[in-house]
Amino acid sequence: MAKPSFSQEVANLLYAAKGNPLNTCIQCGTCSGSCPSVEFMDHTPRRLIGLVLADMKDEVMNSNTYWYCASCFQCTVRCPSDIDIAETMYALKRYSIWKHIHQEGLVGPTFSETFVKVIFRSGRSFEPVMATSYLFSSGLKEWIQEAAMATGLMLKGRLPVLPPRIKRLDNFKRMIGKVIPLGGES
Amino acid sequence: MKQFAYFPGCSLEKIALSYNQSTVETTKVVGIELKELEDWNCCGATAYFHVDELLAYTLCARNLAMAEKENLDLVAPCSACFKNSYFTNQALKKDPDLAEHINVALQEDDLHFSGSIEVKHLLEVFVKDVGFEEVKAQVTHPLEGLRVAAYYGCQIMRPRKDHEDVEQPVFFEGLMAAIGAEPVPFPLRLTCCGGSLLISSREAALSMIHNLLKNADDNGAAVIATACPLCQINLECYQPQVNQEYGTNYHIPVVYFTQLVGLAFGLPDKAIGLGSELISATPLAQYAA
Repeated sequence: MAKPSFSQEVANLLYAAKGNPLNTCIQCGTCSGSCPSVEFMDHTPRRLIGLVLADMKDEVMNSNTYWYCASCFQCTVRCPSDIDIAETMYALKRYSIWKHIHQEGLVGPTFSETFVKVIFRSGRSFEPVMATSYLFSSGLKEWIQEAAMATGLMLKGRLPVLPPRIKRLDNFKRMIGKVIPLGGES
Repeated sequence: MKQFAYFPGCSLEKIALSYNQSTVETTKVVGIELKELEDWNCCGATAYFHVDELLAYTLCARNLAMAEKENLDLVAPCSACFKNSYFTNQALKKDPDLAEHINVALQEDDLHFSGSIEVKHLLEVFVKDVGFEEVKAQVTHPLEGLRVAAYYGCQIMRPRKDHEDVEQPVFFEGLMAAIGAEPVPFPLRLTCCGGSLLISSREAALSMIHNLLKNADDNGAAVIATACPLCQINLECYQPQVNQEYGTNYHIPVVYFTQLVGLAFGLPDKAIGLGSELISATPLAQYAA
């Protein structure tokens, strides 16, 4: 069997999305015009879809575009071809995490993975652990800003000290084990 | 007395405790009983779906199955918890094969998803289940003259659920008017706060927060009302950083809509978590005459 092309692989990752396939894109640019973080992306969403359809895998995977998607779904609700564009960005994120390919220096992949690991351990999210996933990669100014804010929140009693846990954690972990291989995480 | 299963979500335990407090207190006043899910887990925010779809559905389905056990519709005050729970519910209802697969996993916690309940955001409960008339009837301290920017954010409205108007909603402003406040024009009310980009792509998020603060300020808002903990945290806690980056001097209180409703209901500050904000919202109390 012939190896699927990159655009076919991306299409396969979208099996659960409700929208139309990417090849119905008319390149109108409504997505790019609606995107709140487009000015920080190296390719606009419209162009990224064009690159996927042209099977330009390296160009797509090495772009920061899909990791700059904030999940606001503005593109998805406006697309005249009914393509679920935000979901396409999710698919590319999953592909990027599975294949360990993404632009260097991005925090998004580590953050997502750390987040999920925290949930595996406790069932609940815990901000201080999340912070470690990104603060190590940021500069001194960001450290100082975050520390000042954390102090403010702590003084107002808004930061947790102990990580919260769900009660039926053993059941929870077995449940996760039924859907994905846990590796060293159990 | 209408009952709902209540899924507060991780943020409401601590960083957005005031949202939890004001939710519990204001719903009591309008005859809504919230029964907290006894062992809810994190909805995954935006992270689960980045890593694995099946895992994301399973974790959200666990909460849904607990609500089903109580035979109650699920209400979430956080936009991300709402969106993830809502769309997981919808996906599993539509795809029996997916539901069957996930039910195998749920067995490990003696739970079962059957698709028997609905998922609502807290704002929708106030607007539809309670209604503006009932809200008005409970107002003892109308917030006259309080200029409020009603901020919808993203995941309450989007993705689209049916054929509803996702471009020109008016219900949040309607609720603010029902408590006597004056909703100001706020063109960016549906534009993203940056969400978790604050962590992964700080520069982009700060720019998005700056746009929102400027838009609210330009329209003379004295306060921004939110219906999501992430929106609240981004818009409030990062104001000093926006000011530093953009040479601005914003100092706009950002509160949960339930806190404003609570003020109008005459509830004491402490009961609705006023006083825990970094940008003091206590001046707002003067409007609750």
